[in-house]
Amino acid sequence: MNRFPIWKYAILVVALLVGVLYTLPNFFGEAPAVQVSSAKATVKVDAAVEQRVREALQAAGVVPDLLQLEGTSVRARFDTPDNQLKAKDVIEKALIPDPQDPAYIVALNLVSRSPAWLSAIHAAPMYLGLDLRGGVHFMLQVDMQAALTKKAESLAGDLRTTLRDKNIRHGGIAREGDNIDIRLRDAATLTAARNLITDQFPELQVAVSSEPDGMQRLRASIKPEATRKVQEQALKQNITTLHNRINELGVAEPVIQQQGLDRIIVQLPGVQDTAKAKDILGRTATLEVRMVDEGTEARAAELGRGPVPFGDEKYLDRNGQAVIVKKQVILTGENLTDAQPGFDGQTQEPTVNLTLDAKGSRIFKDITRENVGKRMAIVLFEKGKGEVVTAPVIRSEIGGGRVQISGRMTTVEANDTALLLRAGSLAAPMEIIEEFTIGPSLGADNIQRGVHSVVWGMAAIAAFMCVYYMLFGVFSTLALGVNVLLLVAILSMLQATLTLPGIAAMALALGVAIDSNVLINERIREELRAGAAPQAAIAAGYERAWSTILDSNVTTLIAGLALLAFGTGPVRGFAVVHCIGILTSMFSAVFFSRGLVNLWYGRKKKLKSVAIGQVWKPEDTSGIRSVAARGDQ
Amino acid sequence: MEFFRIKKDIPFMKYALVLNAISFITFALAVFFLVTRGLHLSVEFTGGTVMEVAYQQTADIAKVRETVAGLGYKDVIVQNFGTSRDVMIRLPVQQGVTSAQQSEQVLSALKAQDAEVNLRRTEFVGPQVGDELVHGGLMALGMVVLGIVIYLAFRFEWKFGVAAIIANLHDVVIILGFFAFFQWEFSLSVLAGVLAVLGYSVNESVVIFDRIREAFRRFRKLSTREVIDHAITSTMSRTIITHASTEAMVLSMFFFGGPSLHYFALALTIGILFGIYSSVFVAAAIAMWLGVKREDLVKTSRSEGDPNDPNAGAVV
Repeated sequence: MNRFPIWKYAILVVALLVGVLYTLPNFFGEAPAVQVSSAKATVKVDAAVEQRVREALQAAGVVPDLLQLEGTSVRARFDTPDNQLKAKDVIEKALIPDPQDPAYIVALNLVSRSPAWLSAIHAAPMYLGLDLRGGVHFMLQVDMQAALTKKAESLAGDLRTTLRDKNIRHGGIAREGDNIDIRLRDAATLTAARNLITDQFPELQVAVSSEPDGMQRLRASIKPEATRKVQEQALKQNITTLHNRINELGVAEPVIQQQGLDRIIVQLPGVQDTAKAKDILGRTATLEVRMVDEGTEARAAELGRGPVPFGDEKYLDRNGQAVIVKKQVILTGENLTDAQPGFDGQTQEPTVNLTLDAKGSRIFKDITRENVGKRMAIVLFEKGKGEVVTAPVIRSEIGGGRVQISGRMTTVEANDTALLLRAGSLAAPMEIIEEFTIGPSLGADNIQRGVHSVVWGMAAIAAFMCVYYMLFGVFSTLALGVNVLLLVAILSMLQATLTLPGIAAMALALGVAIDSNVLINERIREELRAGAAPQAAIAAGYERAWSTILDSNVTTLIAGLALLAFGTGPVRGFAVVHCIGILTSMFSAVFFSRGLVNLWYGRKKKLKSVAIGQVWKPEDTSGIRSVAARGDQ
Repeated sequence: MEFFRIKKDIPFMKYALVLNAISFITFALAVFFLVTRGLHLSVEFTGGTVMEVAYQQTADIAKVRETVAGLGYKDVIVQNFGTSRDVMIRLPVQQGVTSAQQSEQVLSALKAQDAEVNLRRTEFVGPQVGDELVHGGLMALGMVVLGIVIYLAFRFEWKFGVAAIIANLHDVVIILGFFAFFQWEFSLSVLAGVLAVLGYSVNESVVIFDRIREAFRRFRKLSTREVIDHAITSTMSRTIITHASTEAMVLSMFFFGGPSLHYFALALTIGILFGIYSSVFVAAAIAMWLGVKREDLVKTSRSEGDPNDPNAGAVV
């Protein structure tokens, strides 16, 4: 009765084999490496780049252990950090002729030391969380209200232009929150304006009301589906912008993810210079190009001698001088594709060179044609506060989307401005609402602590099981070992992120998994105590324990799934390992240990005893008899 | 080796009232401390900044506290963390100052005092995150409770489901009570531990319920009370050994896992101890008082328990 058919053993062997293969990469450790990836969408990292890296390294006499193209990056592995640093310099020199405009990112990284054949079957080590490898974690909240307000503002501007083009006279357009109010004199213009909006502004819906002074008011608001779209786009653009900003940091494997509807998670493993990272990320800036109001009232306001005129706003420039700009936004950071510092060919003055996209170029051409001799301001908004980065005079019509800003700048200022403009095109402001920094030494400590907990805990359990249950204890211990193996293999296969709570969950899973084996062993002892033959006792023990094991594991799994569904961050890391651990424990504690027992005892037909430790039988059995006898009558 | 040589079923249910009274008093105390003292919530829930710094030599806590207080922060907590060289500094959320500025300001002040100081970790959580965590935690708790009651009602009987949940929720409250009484820091990983305990100790009740069901089937003449006593007695050995094994693992985390796992392991330890108590003494008694009967569990009377079955003999 205690025999498995061949196919069951086959399953066990296959599971073990797969387990060993996928667990293996975790033991090779990590080696210092240099990673080359693309800094621009137009630049591809391919075999040609790999070849260039190889030649550059050869020329410099730095021999990598391994050099290969992985997905969209080239990785070169080295034996010592010294060679790694040397190689980074060499590769940077070879691939990036102009440090101001890098086409590639050359970053220091750690890669697995596992051999190529393991990588070929996609066996990779577990991905370590930030708490184990060190680095920075940020959660950013995107201010969606600001994105909507901005959209409404730009729609109001468009409306104004369109109404003027169509010669529809209105008594003022104003933005009220996310709504745009248009005052109109009579019913005819009202209808005209209304038709215009329905035809040309599909994002808007309109409502009409009368004003106390006899005017008609048209209130245009953004439709719900358009609102959603604005928010989605804002989030997407912010993520793209963050990518660009982080590229400047040269981080090897940054994680930038959307979380929920309005949050972004950024993880920068291995980043040591956290201040710089925070500085670049925390610069939650949005960019707007507006005209400077140069009327007399505005001039007075600029000098602090009068109120800010209606429809204008007052911002300070970097020197603290006030600039009065119109509320209407001409361009936003969305239309800016690039900003680079440079020098004017004639005056040798430092300049900032901007490149605009097609839409931006068109608008810019119109605006500059109409406003030669006037000033425009580039305003940078950080956390709701605007600052005029620069307010140059328009000298001539500028077409083609290439804009040069010059005058009153030092080289450093030009560099700073360019960086701000380049990185600053966020669709909506963001705020850091959660942040962890874990030093690299703490990460290494955490790994060590986690591993120690698991190893010592397991050793204690194994020692006890072997002494108490003898051979069956050995089987249980082996099953526990297989459980760890499978758990690590599955986590590696899924490329799940292992965190310290994850290791804790692993330890706990093992502590709970032994429960199944204790249940089985106790049951077998009970059967033996009741006088069953050894083979029958083993079979009955496993069979009867199974329903209990199933019930108790399902209840534990329910708790795990609830944690998985509602937990975030560390709780989630815990829950993933917890749930997988329960599943693997059912396999190893019941199926695998049974396989071992069957292999050992299954063929012995006249089995006299099993090594499951001493089975104590009460000498005076009258007490039990009385109970059992009553039950069995 | 055999630890448990029990000759007769121990009449646990005779003492059900006393045992439950003890349980209830502990529970009431836990609620009392939760209400009067409250939980010492970690920065993940309250929002604020935590910094961990390491010194080369034993850190002078008083001096660090003075330095940080000198920067104008109120309600700053400065304490040793793990070893005497590691210091944890906790700052409340401050309007208008970013976490980056906060931690840099503090670090530079500490550096001015002792250049050897080394930043190990910072953590900043905005106030809006905390509320969501509480919400998520309560939702998870609700789902666990509901899921377990439904599963047990389906596998056993609703009375068992309710009894198990009451017994184990009382464990959770007692763990929280301990955290409130000692003002241990309640962090996200402790929350995970507490919820895991809920699943884990229900598991304990399930093992006993399973035995009760089996005993109802086998011994038809026994009263409910005797059946429960028998079930508890016969699972005793397994209960102690399993929990000792799990506890060995938890203790290993407690001693080797470092400060991050310290309170997690502590929560589990309390959970395991009270889990045993509540499963053995509380859950079964509640099920008994809810009036669980043979008919609830034994649907088909003859076929299930064959009196001629050789394995259905005496069981201790």
